Amino acid sequence: MTLQSRTPWTPTGPSRRKVVQGMLGVGAAALAMPALAACGGGAAADPKTVTFGSNGADATPKKAYAAVTNAFQKDSKLTVKTNAVDHDTFQNSISTYLQGTPDDVFTWFAGYRMQYFAKKGLASPIDDVWDKIGAGYSDATKQLSKGEDGKYYFVPLYNYPWAVFYRKSVFQKYGYQIPTTWSQFTALAKQMKKDGLSPIASGYGGGDSWTNLGAFDYLNLRANGYDFHMSLMRGQVAWTDKRAVRTIDLWREITPYYQTSAGGRSWQDAAQSLLDGKSGMAVIGLFLGQQVTDETLRADIDFFAFPEIDPAYGQDTVEAPTDGFMLSRKPKNLDGAKKFLEFLGSAQAEKLYMGVDPSNVAVNSGADTSSYNALQKKSAELIAGAKHITQFGDRDSDPGFISTVVEPGLVEWLNHPDDGSALLKKIESQRSRFFTA
Amino acid sequence: MSSVRTAPRSSSRAHTRSRRLGPGDRLFLTVVVGIPLLALLFFVWLPALASIGLSFTNWDGLTLSDIHWVGLDNYHQIFTNYPPFWPAVRHNVAWLLFTALLPTPFGVFLAYQLDRKIRFTRVYQTAIFMPMVLSLAVVGFIWEIIYNPDTGLLNGVISAVSSGHHIDWLGDPNLNLWAVLVASGWRHAGYIMILYLAGLKGFDPALKEAAALDGANGRQTFLRVVLPALKPVNIIILVVTVMESLRAFDIVYVLGGGIGSKPGMELLSLLISDNIIGESSHIGYGSALAVILLLVSLAAIGVFLFQTFRKEDQ
Repeated sequence: MTLQSRTPWTPTGPSRRKVVQGMLGVGAAALAMPALAACGGGAAADPKTVTFGSNGADATPKKAYAAVTNAFQKDSKLTVKTNAVDHDTFQNSISTYLQGTPDDVFTWFAGYRMQYFAKKGLASPIDDVWDKIGAGYSDATKQLSKGEDGKYYFVPLYNYPWAVFYRKSVFQKYGYQIPTTWSQFTALAKQMKKDGLSPIASGYGGGDSWTNLGAFDYLNLRANGYDFHMSLMRGQVAWTDKRAVRTIDLWREITPYYQTSAGGRSWQDAAQSLLDGKSGMAVIGLFLGQQVTDETLRADIDFFAFPEIDPAYGQDTVEAPTDGFMLSRKPKNLDGAKKFLEFLGSAQAEKLYMGVDPSNVAVNSGADTSSYNALQKKSAELIAGAKHITQFGDRDSDPGFISTVVEPGLVEWLNHPDDGSALLKKIESQRSRFFTA
Repeated sequence: MSSVRTAPRSSSRAHTRSRRLGPGDRLFLTVVVGIPLLALLFFVWLPALASIGLSFTNWDGLTLSDIHWVGLDNYHQIFTNYPPFWPAVRHNVAWLLFTALLPTPFGVFLAYQLDRKIRFTRVYQTAIFMPMVLSLAVVGFIWEIIYNPDTGLLNGVISAVSSGHHIDWLGDPNLNLWAVLVASGWRHAGYIMILYLAGLKGFDPALKEAAALDGANGRQTFLRVVLPALKPVNIIILVVTVMESLRAFDIVYVLGGGIGSKPGMELLSLLISDNIIGESSHIGYGSALAVILLLVSLAAIGVFLFQTFRKEDQ
């Protein structure tokens, strides 16, 4: 009872009680805040308003989306209420967001995760929107926009390819040739090491473990083909399969040429080492361009498709993650939302967006490409020439499986690249937990 | 016998107090005790019990009808077929031992030195306590810059001394946990220092004088007189250390980069968030991990409460 002896308990007068009551009031208000905030979304049932949940909270995409929505508002006399959330936060809270009171239209990615939410009934089909916008899209894109039930659920906006990036001036200086086959590629890496370069820029520290998936996907696609890769990603094949073992074996051939200390480096720093001419090549996406601030440097950057491994598959697949839009399950303004989606699927919307954010390529074939820079033009060609388009590891598969099992596994393996049997066994042991019926 | 003697006394005390309380006071008491109690039940115990319930199920967090009862399957999987689980347990234990053996005694040492009225003691106190003012996440960002493999302070110093050496502080699975522990210990020592300093301020200097008169040297005075006399503070420090080690999360989350634990830095708290937060959640599996952590924490708290109440009974 030491506490009581120090502060004698004497209820004297109302002043003290008032203080306590006041504090309780504040406490109750603080507790109620989240609840009230949650209600906020439900207020807008105005037929003149369409709500739009956007993951583009960074300066450039925010400006780009604003350009698109402003044009739509002028066109349609509807008001678009944009609710922009930080990209990672948006992604991590997507399940709760879609179950609560989501915005009418929201940004999302093509591929497995779009189909998953469609299957769970958390998105509405938009076949009638596609009746109007379908002409502008290739068959590969149409395939990407459909759910497992064959209905459309997704309107694509842009994509960007993954490839092997390099600096033209560095290749010129040392007289390097663009490798098209695996043996040329490994020979080039060996030569770069001799010349004192870090052959393959690499940084997967902190939250950047996902960057390893680029190399993994391409190795697997080139060695085992699109069909096997997709079954592996969707958990339909054992990860201990001989073909997966071969992918790891191939990877082991180039790990000696990876930039050292990659486990503590961010991808931005790895990209910087390529731009500084300290690294020779980097397996990365077109978003590398966001690191470039000097326009003369941008003209010096080029890329080539990941080299061929098995001639049966050649270079037939391009990894080109596609971003776009979906319609939530119970949109408050269905007609307005569909009109908005039609606009988003138009060539005009893509042109407006790409005008502000040039690190991507428009998906609509009618989009104006005259303002493209050299990298964008080459990207568009690369994607257009692909027989198959994949969406990147964490979009073609269950993202939880990839981020909590595959990525840590690959990082651990890259630290001590052995035959990979322990790695694959570890991944396989968790597969059934993520892919059940 | 003592119980017989104390019983009537306590009842008479209760009697006199209840006579002093009017109906208004009772209402006030009910409200003041009732609201926090309800808040506690609703915000602490209800989620805790729900977690326990969910830990026996398999649920993707989308619709309630998808909850499937799987019994002890989650626990079985975690203990036998979850590669990061045992490393996480080991790392939590390493965290506890490291924090208890290095930063905590160091904080006590600092407090003892600063209590001796040396010059600029306030400046030192502020400087050492400063990291505690920062959130662990911010501490994480600061150390991220120090540990950066290319441009970091530490590798800069090392390469200045002997060029060509390049240590991947946060990437090497054998090293990164210790790198993080140094960062968290840096903050923890300041916290312990302030707690212990507060205890020392309330310490009766006469005891020290008496020890000195009896011919005790500095070490003996500290170990035989000061330390035993500050037992309540010691218990608090012990509990704080255990709790900090069990709930270690934010700094590793920042340095390890969010969802998907880095090899070498797995912790129980991170595994829970791996399974629950994110695009595809395994609520049941994550809950089972949370229940395991809850049981360990309860054991720690239980020991503390047992200790405290036993003392009050005496």
